[in-house]
Amino acid sequence: MAQATRKKPVAKTADSAVAPRIAAQSHFRTLRLGTPFQPRIDALAKTQDWYNWSGYRAPHSLRDEELEYFAIRSQAALFDISPMTKYRIEGPDAEAFLDRVTLRDVTKLKPGRVHYTAWCDDEGFVLDDGTLFRLSPTRFRLCSQERHLPWLLDSAIGFDVTVSEETEAVAGLALQGPTAFAVLRDAGFAGIEKLKVFDLADFQHDGATVTISRTGFTGDLGYELFVPADKALSLWDRLMAAGDLRGIRAIGYTALNRARLEAGLIVANGDFTTAEHAIRADRLRRPDEIGLGFMIDLEKGHFNGRRAILEARAKRKLRHVLVGLEIEGNIPAEHAIVYHKKHQEVGLVSAAMWSPMAKRNIAIASLERPYGDTVVEDLWVEIYAMRELQYQKLMKRAKVVARPFIKLDRRTANPPADF
Amino acid sequence: MATMKAWDAIVIGGGHNGLVNACYLQRAGLDVLVVEKNDWVGGAATSRELTPGFLYSNCSYVCSLFRPEIMRDLELPRFGLQVISYEGGAVFTRDGDYLANYRDHDAHRREFARFSKRDAEAYDRYARDVTRQCRFIQPLLMRTAPDPTSLKPRDLGELLYLGKKFAGLSAEEMALTLRFWTMSISEFLDEYFETDVIKANFALSGIIGTALGPMSPGTAYVLLHHYMGEVDGSVGAWGYARGGMGAVTKALAASFKSSGGTIRTGAEVDHVLVNRGKAKGVVLAGGEEVYGKLVVSNADVKRTFLKLVEEKELPDIFLRRVKNFKIRGSSGKVNIALDSLPEFPALPKDSPVYRGDMHFTDSMERMERAYDDWKAGRWSADPFLDMVIPTTLDPTMAPPGKHFMSCFVQYAPPKVNGRDWTDADRDGFAESVIAQISDYSPGFRDRIVHMEVRTPREIEAEVGLTEGNIFQGELTFDQLLFNRPVPGYAQYSSPVGGLYMCGSSTHPGGGVMGAPGRNAAAEILRDLAKSTSHMSPAHDVI
Repeated sequence: MAQATRKKPVAKTADSAVAPRIAAQSHFRTLRLGTPFQPRIDALAKTQDWYNWSGYRAPHSLRDEELEYFAIRSQAALFDISPMTKYRIEGPDAEAFLDRVTLRDVTKLKPGRVHYTAWCDDEGFVLDDGTLFRLSPTRFRLCSQERHLPWLLDSAIGFDVTVSEETEAVAGLALQGPTAFAVLRDAGFAGIEKLKVFDLADFQHDGATVTISRTGFTGDLGYELFVPADKALSLWDRLMAAGDLRGIRAIGYTALNRARLEAGLIVANGDFTTAEHAIRADRLRRPDEIGLGFMIDLEKGHFNGRRAILEARAKRKLRHVLVGLEIEGNIPAEHAIVYHKKHQEVGLVSAAMWSPMAKRNIAIASLERPYGDTVVEDLWVEIYAMRELQYQKLMKRAKVVARPFIKLDRRTANPPADF
Repeated sequence: MATMKAWDAIVIGGGHNGLVNACYLQRAGLDVLVVEKNDWVGGAATSRELTPGFLYSNCSYVCSLFRPEIMRDLELPRFGLQVISYEGGAVFTRDGDYLANYRDHDAHRREFARFSKRDAEAYDRYARDVTRQCRFIQPLLMRTAPDPTSLKPRDLGELLYLGKKFAGLSAEEMALTLRFWTMSISEFLDEYFETDVIKANFALSGIIGTALGPMSPGTAYVLLHHYMGEVDGSVGAWGYARGGMGAVTKALAASFKSSGGTIRTGAEVDHVLVNRGKAKGVVLAGGEEVYGKLVVSNADVKRTFLKLVEEKELPDIFLRRVKNFKIRGSSGKVNIALDSLPEFPALPKDSPVYRGDMHFTDSMERMERAYDDWKAGRWSADPFLDMVIPTTLDPTMAPPGKHFMSCFVQYAPPKVNGRDWTDADRDGFAESVIAQISDYSPGFRDRIVHMEVRTPREIEAEVGLTEGNIFQGELTFDQLLFNRPVPGYAQYSSPVGGLYMCGSSTHPGGGVMGAPGRNAAAEILRDLAKSTSHMSPAHDVI
């Protein structure tokens, strides 16, 4: 065998295949990216209270999280959802592919509709939940918290479909609150009143298309808007101008998180651990264990995890259940341990708050069956409330209640009301 | 005269494991002597000033595996040990680019996405699986491997522990564990990634210190071995020991002496004194006899039983297995003093990569080709380098503005074309390294102030590692757990009564980990019916 020789490097900055890759090196200088809306958000960010959302600099609050929360419930709140992971799924087999990957029956999802769904690995453990937008008979957008490109590409084998990640290319805004409809109408999106809950439609904006859906993460009247990144700022300005007289207000995540909890919605890696991130095998969850069992459609054909999900149901291998709790008193029980008869540990609260809309102390918790499932009496939470460097330990009664914790008629009213 | 005294224990070799062992024994109340052939202690964890103003990490050069339980037990911070985390490095590519590893999760993903969006998003699954396996293995490091043929309650207990840990895995994890311990790193990475440079970026941890190529079965475990360390709880992280890796053994030696231990340097052991099948001490190269109630060898299993103990004292099968123990030399080391920081045109001047580990092997094939040279009995013409410049974070190793660069080089055969290394070979080996660096850093040669070149010949001669193998024996599954170093003798004892092993040839293996030295001390103290209450158990993995 001939002795191998040294391979010298060649600078290829002029090479059209390599040059863009080299040009992208400089990202290391910006650990937290701005979204396409960042100039507007930066101008409003008086608290300068940022968090890392998938590598983006996102605000916890802009000026006052309380007031931002009430903007969702009383006016119209504008929340930047651009960092959400987005995949474009397109092709003649796109429907069949997604039907195979996700839990719900995608053949029932008509073009111009959106549904909330989830997808599992082969063992039936939840990889993520998210929203699936059917933009046309052969084109979809899947939005999620975590990233799944290898899973989607590997699952696409045998299907005539292309999957591409478009998180950076597409900017997203949520406009949520009682005056959200009026703001969009006044902004000139003619026909917006026709959108029922989970409908979507394309509208013209600044020479481009904006996709508006009547969806959201607040349990309130609301819409989500997706637009090419280069049209983001003009869209923001258009909404802000139209909403000026209707109390539009940009908000941070703290306010949104309160609204979502009142709506009883769960957050991946907040209320459950996604399968590709669970280091500890006992943290994996099947859909039935996190309140997503309703999505499972056994009538449709095979889908990823179906066999394991069926087996778990048949052999009673479902060990956990996710429930809504109403807790006595008004002290939030975040991350409190749940007990049966005050002493047997049966679960953990993953999110909790005093609900201004329900005037109740609410929580989402994961319990070990049968607690929360068939045994729902005599449940307690132990709250460690730190007050001036001392824990006030409280043992409070918890009642399993249905989610959502609040139900607002204006969310689904047709046509939507002015405010 | 000291020669008449019988020490409670004599430790042969002042490497990190010998010193860890000696520290624990001394702290248990034994009167311990360490004999070291060099005029300095440290073994393969040394920092010597070979040219004025520059301190090298002459052999080992980065720190992750050294167990924090040992650092605490032996009060090493009090004796000057400090380990500093560094940012991951980069692989330079031949098209004028590089692939970096950043500590920030999202920056890391974006960096990979420059090469492949798919692979960028595959990293989480890879990290999850590797982390799961590390969590399985970590608690085994600080325990004596059970003897599967023994019916002693402790062995049964340890076997049960191992069985329970394994049974605690899901079916999927069990499958992964077995695959991990047997697959090639190349095949393992194929399950997660499809981009060559990204695979090469990870594969390097599967070959370092091993006379195997990335396509050889068994190399996946070697990767795991490099991942199961930590820097202060950050699992998988690597750091620099401030003052060079010699700081580890310097602190150990100081700890040992402060608890009353004695070190004799310049004291090479010629052989172990054996009387009626029992070790009675050692005979030094000058003929001096030093007596000890027991002898602990930090030397590798081949050196210990083929050079320091007479054949007639050993059972045939044991001897044959020791002879067949795989401890093949595969690497060398080039330490360089630089009068200024080298520049890499491909790398932005403000890149954190300068402070991490740098590599030039950007494809699996190049890595395997480098191994082909080794098989043919040559050093690699296009070697794999693991290159770091610790002085970018550690101001103690060179004058301001000047730098120490450490290049770990693979592959270097124990013999060149079947004959011994010559000085000319050594120079040719060094040239292959300097030429490769110069390809990526023009003018590199002009910055060189001094250079220390170590082929397997130099490593064996100075450190005493057989064939210059940095792990004191390869980390293949047939040489791990209760088979390390040989079946039946995995519990630090040997066929010679009172003669123990404490080097990296024993469980859990190589790297500057200290666990073999510690575990051996625990066994010895148990045999002596002494307390081990001064030895922390392994930290919980929760």
